[in-house]
Amino acid sequence: MSSFAVRLRPAGGPWTDRQAAWRLGAVACLVLLIIVLMVVFVAVRAWPTLQHNGGLAWLGHGGDVDRQVNGMITTSRTPPATAYHLKAWPLVYGTLLTTLVAVAVGLVFAVFSAIFIVEFAPRRLRTVVVPAVRLLAAVPSVIYGLIGILVLAPFVGRHLITPERRASVQFIVQLDGTGVLVAVVILTVMITPIMIAIIVDALIAIPSGWREGASALGANRWEAIWGVSVRAARPAIVAAAVLATARALGEAVMISMVSGSRGFSPKPQDGVTFLFEPIRSLAASMVENVDAINAPAIRSTVYAFALLLLLSSLVLSIGGYVAKLPMRRQGIRI
Amino acid sequence: MEDTRDLGPADPFLDRSVPSLAPPVRRLRPDRRPVPVPVKPEDDPLIPVRDAAAGPERMRVENLTIRYGGEAAVKDVSLSIHQGQVLALIGPSGCGKTTLLRTLNRLTETTTSATREGDVLLDGEEIEQISVTALRRRIAMVFQQPNPFPMSIFDNVAYAIRVQNAKRPGRREIEHQVVDALRRAGLHDELAGDLDRPALRLSGGQQQRLCIARAIATKPEVLLMDEPCSALDPKSSAIIEDLIAELRRELAVVIVTHNLAQAHRVADKVAFMYLGDLVEYGDVDQVFGAPRAQRTRDYVEGAFG
Amino acid sequence: MVTPVLDRPPAGAAPSPLRPKPKRDSPRDWRWSHRLAFAAAWGCGLALCAVAAAIVGYMGYRGLQYLDLGLLTSRPEASLKQDEAGGILDPVLGTLLLTVLGIGIATPLGVVSAVWLVEYGKPRALARAVESGIEVVAGTPDIVIAIFGLAIFQQSIFAPLSFTASGGGVFGRSFLAAGTMMSLIALPLIFGATREGLLAVGALTREASWALGKTRICTVREVLLPQVRPNIATGAALGMGRIVGDTAIVVVLLGATLQIEPQDGIPGIGLLRGTGSTLTSYVYGASPAGEGNAPQKAYAAAFVLLLIVLLLNAAVDAIARRSSRKAS
Repeated sequence: MSSFAVRLRPAGGPWTDRQAAWRLGAVACLVLLIIVLMVVFVAVRAWPTLQHNGGLAWLGHGGDVDRQVNGMITTSRTPPATAYHLKAWPLVYGTLLTTLVAVAVGLVFAVFSAIFIVEFAPRRLRTVVVPAVRLLAAVPSVIYGLIGILVLAPFVGRHLITPERRASVQFIVQLDGTGVLVAVVILTVMITPIMIAIIVDALIAIPSGWREGASALGANRWEAIWGVSVRAARPAIVAAAVLATARALGEAVMISMVSGSRGFSPKPQDGVTFLFEPIRSLAASMVENVDAINAPAIRSTVYAFALLLLLSSLVLSIGGYVAKLPMRRQGIRI
Repeated sequence: MEDTRDLGPADPFLDRSVPSLAPPVRRLRPDRRPVPVPVKPEDDPLIPVRDAAAGPERMRVENLTIRYGGEAAVKDVSLSIHQGQVLALIGPSGCGKTTLLRTLNRLTETTTSATREGDVLLDGEEIEQISVTALRRRIAMVFQQPNPFPMSIFDNVAYAIRVQNAKRPGRREIEHQVVDALRRAGLHDELAGDLDRPALRLSGGQQQRLCIARAIATKPEVLLMDEPCSALDPKSSAIIEDLIAELRRELAVVIVTHNLAQAHRVADKVAFMYLGDLVEYGDVDQVFGAPRAQRTRDYVEGAFG
Repeated sequence: MVTPVLDRPPAGAAPSPLRPKPKRDSPRDWRWSHRLAFAAAWGCGLALCAVAAAIVGYMGYRGLQYLDLGLLTSRPEASLKQDEAGGILDPVLGTLLLTVLGIGIATPLGVVSAVWLVEYGKPRALARAVESGIEVVAGTPDIVIAIFGLAIFQQSIFAPLSFTASGGGVFGRSFLAAGTMMSLIALPLIFGATREGLLAVGALTREASWALGKTRICTVREVLLPQVRPNIATGAALGMGRIVGDTAIVVVLLGATLQIEPQDGIPGIGLLRGTGSTLTSYVYGASPAGEGNAPQKAYAAAFVLLLIVLLLNAAVDAIARRSSRKAS
C-alpha cells in the first residue's frame, strides 16, 4: 500500500517554501479547474435543450418520452428547434420515486439496524456483522443489479404477477417482473449498508459519559439510546441520508437493469399493478442513450439530464450542510 | 447516633436466622471498629457551623464487598447515609471510593465482571429489589467529568423530568420545574433567561452545575457526587462547594473527593478508604482532628496519597 | 455512628440463596412504545444479518459453481450462446489496468491538494473553493462524470488519447479517458483521508520540525507524509474499491468492447489508447439487460469482482489495525 504514498522529490535542489506553495497550489487549482470545467461543459452542452424547450418546460409531462428521444436520432446535423422538444417528466418521476422511497425505507431500517449492531447484538455477531455491512456498502452496484435481474425479477414475474394482471395492461406496458418494486427493493438494499456504516461509526463515537449520565438519571436502556445517543448522532444520520440520496439519484446502470427501463410513470392509484410497472430514472436514460450521443439533439438532452443531476447533488450537499447547522450551534461536530 | 442492631431483624433480607452457607471470613481490626464519641459542638471559628441537623437515615451499607473478577475493590464496608448530611469518601486513588459510590445507584452493574456481596438499603429496602430506573431516580449522580447532553440547557434538565414521567410533558408544563432546578443549582441567574443555549457552550463549572441541576430536578433523596470539582478551576469549585452546603438541607449527599481541604469544608461525616477497606468512618472533626487509625493520621497529614 | 454488627453472620462469598434476583432494566417493564422500538431494532438487525448472509452466500455459491480457471484465462467472445461466450480474461485485465491508471492519477493529485490545503491553504478563499469543489465531485453521480469525460475527450486536441474515426470524429473512449475520469471518483476519498491524517498530526510535531530549521515543504516530505502514509493508503484502497465497482464510466468511456482492443502505434501507448471492458461492464453486458445474456458468466465475473472488493476491504482493515497498533 505504501507504494502509493507519493514522495515529493524535488528535481534540482530543495524547494523553498514559496516555490512549494506555488507548485502545490497550482495542482490544487488544477483540480478545481477540472471541477469548474465539468460544470461549464455540462451546462454548455445542455444549453440547446434548455433553449429550444423554453427553460425548464422540458421537465413537464406530455406524450411518450421514449418516442420523443428516439425521434431525435433521425434528425440531421443541425436539427430544427422542434427536434429538441421533450417532456421528461416520467424520467424525473422515476428518479424521485425510486430515490425517495428507497432512502425513506432505508433510513428507518438503517437507524434501527445500527442501534441493534451497537447496542444489542451479541459480541460475536457484531464482529461478523460490521465487516459484512462494510462489504455490502462497497459491493459494486452492478452486482446488486445482477441479483435484481436474475433472482428477484424472475421471482416477481413468476409468482407475484398474475396472468390476469399482466393481461389487464398488456396494451400499455409489459409486466415481466422488472419494475417499481424490484427497482426500489434493490436500490434500498444497495444504499442501506452505506447509511448503516456511517450511523454505526457515529453511535460508537458517542462519549460513554452521555449514556452513563442518562442511565444515572433513571432512563431505561431505550430512553438512553434514543434520547441521547441517537439524538447526538443526528448529524451523522442526516449526513448518511444525504450521501445515500446522492448515490440513489445517480445510480445509472443498476436502475437500468432492474427498472424495466421505460419512460413510463406508473400511477399509485393503479393499486398493486403499480408495483410491477416499469419506470426509468434520469441516470439510467443517460446510459441508454449514450450510444446515440452523436445526434445533436440527443446529446443535448443527455447533457440536460446530467445538468439536472449535477444541480441536484449540489443542492443535496448544500442541504446537508444547512441541516447540520443547528446541530453545529448545539456544539456537535461531525 | 443510631445503632444498626435496631434495624436488623426488621428487614427480611437482613434476617439471617437461617444459617448462611458462607464461611465466616469476617476479620475485625481494632481501627475498623470506631468507638462512639459524642459529637462536640465545633469551636474552631474557621469551620462553618453546620446548621443542617442530621435527618433520618436514608441509606445503609452493610458488609458490602465488591469484586471485579476475583479482586475485591471494596471490602466489607458498612456505613450509613443520612438526610441533611454530607458524607465525604476520601482516600488515595484506586481504593474503591468510586466503586462504592457507583454501587449505591447500581452503576457497577454495568461492568459485567463486578459481583456484589452484602446489603445496600435505601429506606430499609434492598436496592437490588427496587427497579434500577426507579432507584436511579431516587439516587441521583453527578460525575467527575461534566457530561451535559448535546442539547439546549432547557432540554438537559427537561430530559431528567421527561424520562421520569409516563407521559411526555410539554415544555410549558415543566418550565417551572426546570427553572427551579437551575435556580437551586445556582445557575439560573447567570444564564439571564436564555435557556435555549447549547449546554456544551457553557464553561466547565457551569456545565457541572447544569449536571447538578439535572440531577436534582426531580427531587431525589440522595445525591452522589464523584469528584465533582476535579475537572474545575478553584473558583468554580468554591461555587459548587457552596452549592453542596445548600443542597444538604434537602437531601443526603455522598461525595468522593481527593481534596482533603474540600472534604473538611463540605462534609459532616468522613469515610476514609484505603485499598478497599473502610479504615475510618466518623464525624469530620473527629477524622481530621483526632483520627483513631495510624493510616488515617498519615493520610490526613499528607504522608501519602 | 455505626458500629459493625457483630451478631450477624457476614455476607458469604456467594449471594445467599435467600436473596431474590435483582430487578434489572428489563424491556418487560418499559412502556409499549419503547418495547415496540426495541423489537424493531432487533427485527431490523436480524433482517440485516439475513439479507447480508443471503447476498454474500448466494453470490459465493453461484460464483464457485460457475467459476473455473479456464474462464479466468480465456478471452471473451461475442456470442449469443453462453457456451461460446468465452472467458473473462480481458475484463479482469481491464479492471486491473483501469484501477492502476485511475489511482495512479488520483493519488498524487489528492495528496498534493490535501497537503496544500492543510499546510499552506492561502489565499483562504481559494482553499475553501478547492475544498468545496472536491466535495461537489464526491457527491456527483458517476454517470455525470462519465458524460463530462466524453465531452472532454471528444475534443480534437485530445484526439491522440483515443481512436479517431475515418471521418475525423474523435471517438473519445479509451483506457486513458476512462482512467482519467475514474481518478475523479477516487480523488475525494484520497483527498479526504489525507486531509484527516494531516489534521490529526499535532501542531507540536510540525513545530518541532520547524524549530530544527526545516522548511515547511521539508517538514511535509520528511515528517508529515511518512506519518499520514496509512491514511493515504486507506484512501487509495477505498478509491480503488470505487473504481473497481464503477460501471457507468466504463460503459460510457471505455467503449465497453468485450476484448481489449489496442490501437496501432507504440505497443504500450496503443493499449492505453484502446478500448476494452472491465468486470463491471462485463457483468452488465452478460446479464439479460445487456447484449450477451450469459448469466453463468455474469455470476462468475461478479464473484471475481466481489473477491476484489473483499480484498480491498481487508486491506483497509489491515491498514487501520496496523496503524492503531503502532499508535498504542
